[in-house]
Amino acid sequence: MSVELDVFVGNTTIMDEEVYQFWLDGYTVNDAVKVRMEGGVLEECEASAEVLRSDTMDQYRTFQMCERLLHSPAKLANQLLFQIPPHRQAMLIERYYTFDGVFVREVLGKKLSKGTKKDLDDVSAKTGVTLKSCRRQFDNFKRVFKVVEELKGPLVENIRQHFLLSDKLARDYAAIVFFANNRFETGKKKLHYLTFQDFAFCAGQLIIVHCNHSRVLMRPALIGKEFLQDLKELKILITDKDLLDQHKSLVCTALRGKTKAFNEMEANFKNLSRGLVNIAAKLTNTKDVRDFFIDLVEKFIEPCRSDKWTAGDMRLYLTHYTNSAHILDTFKHQVVWDRYMGVIKSCILKMYHD
Amino acid sequence: MPGKLKAKIVAGRHLPVMDRASDLTDAFVEVKFGNTTFKTDVYPKSLNPQWNSEWFKFEVDDEDLQDEPLQITVLDHDTYSANDAIGKVYIDIDPLLSSEAATVISGWFPIYDTIHGIRGEINVLVKVDLFNDLNRFRQSSCGVKFFCTTSIPRCYRAALVHGFVEELVVNEDPEYQWIDRIRTPRASNEARQRLISLMSGELQRKIGLKVLEMGGNAVVGYLQCFDLEGESGLVVRAIGTACTLDKLIPGSASNTNTHPNTAPASNACNSPSKEIKESPLAHGCRSSHNSPVHSACSSQRLSHSQNFSVSVPTLVFTGMGSGISVGKEAGPLKTLLRQQAQSALEQREFPFFTLTCFPPGFLVHIGGVVSARSVKLLDRIHNPDEPETRDAWWEEIRQEIKSHAKALGCHAVVGYSESTTICEEVCILSASGTAAMLNPRFMREGCLDAGGSDQRLSRQPPLGMVGSERAEGEVSSSWLGFDDASPPSCGFCHIPYDEFNMPFPAQLTYCYHCRRQKVPDVLFTTIDLPAEAAVTGKGCLIQARLCRTKKKAQGEVNATAISNLLPFMEYELHTQLMNKLKLRCMNALFGLRIQISVGENMLLGLASATGVYLSALPAPGGIQIAGKTPSDLSYDQHISTMQKRINDTIAMNKELYNIHPPECIEEVVGSPIPDRQRSRLFRSTSESSDELSELDLSHGKKDAFVLEIDDTDAVEDIQSLLTDAPMPAGFYSCNTEVMPGIYNWTSGLQMFTSVRVYRLNNANLTNQGLNKIFTDLCENLLKSLYFKLRSMIPCCLCHLNFTVAVPEEELIQVAVTAVAMSFDKETQLAADKALNKGSGENEEQLQFSMELCGESTSSNNQPTAKPSGLPESAMTHSSSRDRCSTWLELLRLKAHTIRRGSVKTSRRTQSLANSASSSERCSPLPEVRSRSLRSTRSLPCGAPVTVVKMTPLSFLPRTRIVKYLGIINMFFIRETTSLREEGGVSGFLHSFIAEVFAMVRAHVAALGGNAVVSYSMKECVFMENPNKNQAQCLINVSGDAVIFVRESDQEAIPPLITCGQTSTTGADGTT
Repeated sequence: MSVELDVFVGNTTIMDEEVYQFWLDGYTVNDAVKVRMEGGVLEECEASAEVLRSDTMDQYRTFQMCERLLHSPAKLANQLLFQIPPHRQAMLIERYYTFDGVFVREVLGKKLSKGTKKDLDDVSAKTGVTLKSCRRQFDNFKRVFKVVEELKGPLVENIRQHFLLSDKLARDYAAIVFFANNRFETGKKKLHYLTFQDFAFCAGQLIIVHCNHSRVLMRPALIGKEFLQDLKELKILITDKDLLDQHKSLVCTALRGKTKAFNEMEANFKNLSRGLVNIAAKLTNTKDVRDFFIDLVEKFIEPCRSDKWTAGDMRLYLTHYTNSAHILDTFKHQVVWDRYMGVIKSCILKMYHD
Repeated sequence: MPGKLKAKIVAGRHLPVMDRASDLTDAFVEVKFGNTTFKTDVYPKSLNPQWNSEWFKFEVDDEDLQDEPLQITVLDHDTYSANDAIGKVYIDIDPLLSSEAATVISGWFPIYDTIHGIRGEINVLVKVDLFNDLNRFRQSSCGVKFFCTTSIPRCYRAALVHGFVEELVVNEDPEYQWIDRIRTPRASNEARQRLISLMSGELQRKIGLKVLEMGGNAVVGYLQCFDLEGESGLVVRAIGTACTLDKLIPGSASNTNTHPNTAPASNACNSPSKEIKESPLAHGCRSSHNSPVHSACSSQRLSHSQNFSVSVPTLVFTGMGSGISVGKEAGPLKTLLRQQAQSALEQREFPFFTLTCFPPGFLVHIGGVVSARSVKLLDRIHNPDEPETRDAWWEEIRQEIKSHAKALGCHAVVGYSESTTICEEVCILSASGTAAMLNPRFMREGCLDAGGSDQRLSRQPPLGMVGSERAEGEVSSSWLGFDDASPPSCGFCHIPYDEFNMPFPAQLTYCYHCRRQKVPDVLFTTIDLPAEAAVTGKGCLIQARLCRTKKKAQGEVNATAISNLLPFMEYELHTQLMNKLKLRCMNALFGLRIQISVGENMLLGLASATGVYLSALPAPGGIQIAGKTPSDLSYDQHISTMQKRINDTIAMNKELYNIHPPECIEEVVGSPIPDRQRSRLFRSTSESSDELSELDLSHGKKDAFVLEIDDTDAVEDIQSLLTDAPMPAGFYSCNTEVMPGIYNWTSGLQMFTSVRVYRLNNANLTNQGLNKIFTDLCENLLKSLYFKLRSMIPCCLCHLNFTVAVPEEELIQVAVTAVAMSFDKETQLAADKALNKGSGENEEQLQFSMELCGESTSSNNQPTAKPSGLPESAMTHSSSRDRCSTWLELLRLKAHTIRRGSVKTSRRTQSLANSASSSERCSPLPEVRSRSLRSTRSLPCGAPVTVVKMTPLSFLPRTRIVKYLGIINMFFIRETTSLREEGGVSGFLHSFIAEVFAMVRAHVAALGGNAVVSYSMKECVFMENPNKNQAQCLINVSGDAVIFVRESDQEAIPPLITCGQTSTTGADGTT
């Protein structure tokens, strides 16, 4: 005797969150059943493996039918096929768009193209996330990217409204879209220690400052047209020798006695300052933007780390470094400087860890 | 020109992409009614077109209005080739024709295609203006209300119950016409859907005419079925109970509803006819039927030429006990009264009632289950306009039922239903019901004046109301003149037949409740548990399952083989039911439904019922096992272990179902009842007939309920008895409206449909093997349900009805539709305790809500089913109301009889008046709807979809139905030629069922409703051909669309409703 057909349909669509997660994670029905059995649902409900299997199949089918709707979440609310309570709808959407940190770290900054999609099996092998789940996550990135690309208005808000996501998740997607659009390099070995959340935070910093609402917006905030020229002007801080010396002495005066790493700071000041200002200048060239993070690490974070600065040292140094520039009488670009340093400072502080 | 139908196409959304190049669609809509078609403009390049069309107007006869559906087709415009159809929407406009139902249909409908399923949605507005029709010979019956509900619908009361109405129409099945060879599957499916829609419209109209002729205005318990007879045609038939219903004024509805006490009181005082027969009902088969082989032969007859027909002997399931009890003689008065009651019903051809739940006082006594089956050979229907053969077949069966009822000393049959099963050219027609004595006052206009002012029938909720028992006990004391009068709470258990002349051997005892009348030791019925019944503990679902192999055969040989098997199957099913009942320590079955399904090489039998322990009936005895060869020691041991297991199971079940009958009463009263009821279970048919007679002689010294294990069959039977898996903790199940013994429902409910198809791989299975498989199948399905619904614990699966079929040689299909309702454990415990103590006091309601909208039900102290008496104030209020409204009632009815000749015309006027006024007055619909809309609005974007609840029951717990919007009766076909791509058979059926639900909900929402009650899936025919990657499925569903309000909301709502509905109430009374 074999079961040829087995369906269960409720007027209110029944969904088990646990099974939904298995489905999202790309488990096969068999694997899901196995895990559920180990999870102890059986003893709890006096059910057999057969029952569990039938239930899992049912739910998998339901999710498959829902998937089409989840691609444009707004439809889920006014479709007629499934009667799903609003809070369950929100859960379905949120979970569907949730991604794995390890996975996103692999594709962050890569072009969301077919080529990248083809390489997902490598990513899957490397991260241990099932290929199915990888594809779903990748397609989600792509879908969000495609939709917001066309929209005007603030990035995060657009994502949130269009995909009915929570604020946190919408911000993460904004970061992913932002990275993909600018193709930031994140895969170099030196950057491996950074988590997705580090990058997402930096992306947030880079986006917030921007207020120009269009597809240009997905460029880093600092590249707004009005800044292009101004950022270049900052170079004067390193090209003008007097200014550089003056800046150094101001910072050193402020720091003296306040940190153990003072000697290293003093010795390295010129190098570090050059690094930061050069990054600013590089930002004006769209092609070099993708090296932003690697530059930041190589030119600034690594030297400091080898000198054993603490996070407190770093904060102290950056604060004084930014503020001292105001006292320089020949330096005229205070506004741009503040804006640039504000972003850079918070990025560095976030990225300065092991 | 009696009617003008107006339709407006507003917009579409989520349309499929029809043009690959642009990824868009150029959609337009055709609106068709009868032979007239209108078109909207093409709305180019959009998946969300806004047509906003003018009003399309159709001027049509009301006959057509009743028969035809409004057909809306959405198409994609194509300049160069033929326009592609996207899909269709059929809208039944019948609800608009009754003044009391919906006034407008407006909303989003899924666009349905028989090949692709739902493809987007369309927003439509439909209205009807009816004109006055002076033609007295008209063929339409607009305005007759139809209800699937098998009880008097809430918010109505029955002024008069007229009785049985039936009709059938036949046609050729388009699938089998020659043209089907050249048209597309889509065209063929659509032709079928349309034909069935037309036929059910016609059927409803014809039944409506009959109702008008009888002087009624509504059909309750409307049951419509399709017989897909294949080559020989398509039959659509329906039965129902014609009634004259009066609308209750909403303010008072809640009082009368929750209040069965006043009504029985009034009935009791003045009914001379409420008399009675009492005696118990035993269990077992009617003697004449105990030897099925014999009667099978005798009743088998070959009818003329092509029509082969075998009438199968019927088993009357009243009990199978033995022994004749000694008892008081019934007074001669009884006989007199019985005659009186009978005469009222005898005027009717068939005193049948499709109702399963009755106003208090309606049911006097219950005799037992009567059923009849007949095997027929199908033959092409030559002239669709004269479906006489089919009519004659049913007529025959109904006669049989009638005579069975008579044999049980009953004049009526309640809980009546009919069904068929077809396999190739063999068709089994079945009918079953419960023989009963009714109070004729409710059916005879003549005796209304005698009753004077309290002829009012109010509907009682079909919930276990144990608390009302006391009140009714008092009432009975006012029955002057009859010293043998019994309290109503046990009256229905008393035997209707003469105890000295019993139709079958039964063991009678004095009623455990009143100690005056005789009751049988077991009672089987097809109806719901009467509200007034006193029950000990809780009930549970009891199923008997049986599989019998049969040789493949053709024609008459096949039919004969089947008809020879049927009696055995019925007998075995009955035996199983008895055993399982005893095992659960219960003594009565309600809602018994026996389904027998034929396949090419096997017959399936499934009997489901809800077992309860009726306090009025004697306690069931245990089960004892006896071996044939007592000499063998190990054998004895084996037997004694089994005996122990059985005893343990019984003890466990007693605990599980909370059955603790008060044992002491016996001594106090000193009645001649033996302390243990003994009955006997027969293993095989041959045994049974012998032993039965033997038992009759030797009554009294019977040695408990004996199960003899003389062969392997018996061992397996016992095994299967014991292997019925117990329900997991927190679950209860029943196939009736509600579970006896559970009162405090929360509003959390989940309706579901589950379908399973099993393939029997091993070709040569024995009967035992098949039985095992079939039993496992049902058990596993139940287990799956429990598992799925575990989040609702504590809950009860209600109306758990299985439908079995044998779609192909090796396949068994089981479909179940039921509702899981959660109840409140805290209050349940309190109530249980209170009941045990004899006073029900459960005021502290703890609620949790499972609402879709997530809105919390504010708590209130009025559970739908209240175990305790109602507040005094409510009682007095409603009874005084009762009196004055009955006066009005009486006047109205008198006027009615005088004016009978002109009834139709006057009614017509009224419907015009109503529809006219409906546009002016502020109808209650928008308010209610906007409420529900508001409550679901919580996602930040998108138009919210009205939440529509569905339930197979006639009510929703913790709510009050304020309006019935009309009957939902839909038929869908879905076909696929890409089965694998759609996820195989399961994927295909899963999405189809989901689509059917969606379409039902959309129609209800468009009518302004927020729930479907009495929902049922009456047909689910699934065919597959995996090799060709094809499958087809037909589904027929029905129910009543309603508007409900939460009980806690009702204070806010009534003013609106009242102004809308009082105007209609007066007028309605005249029809």
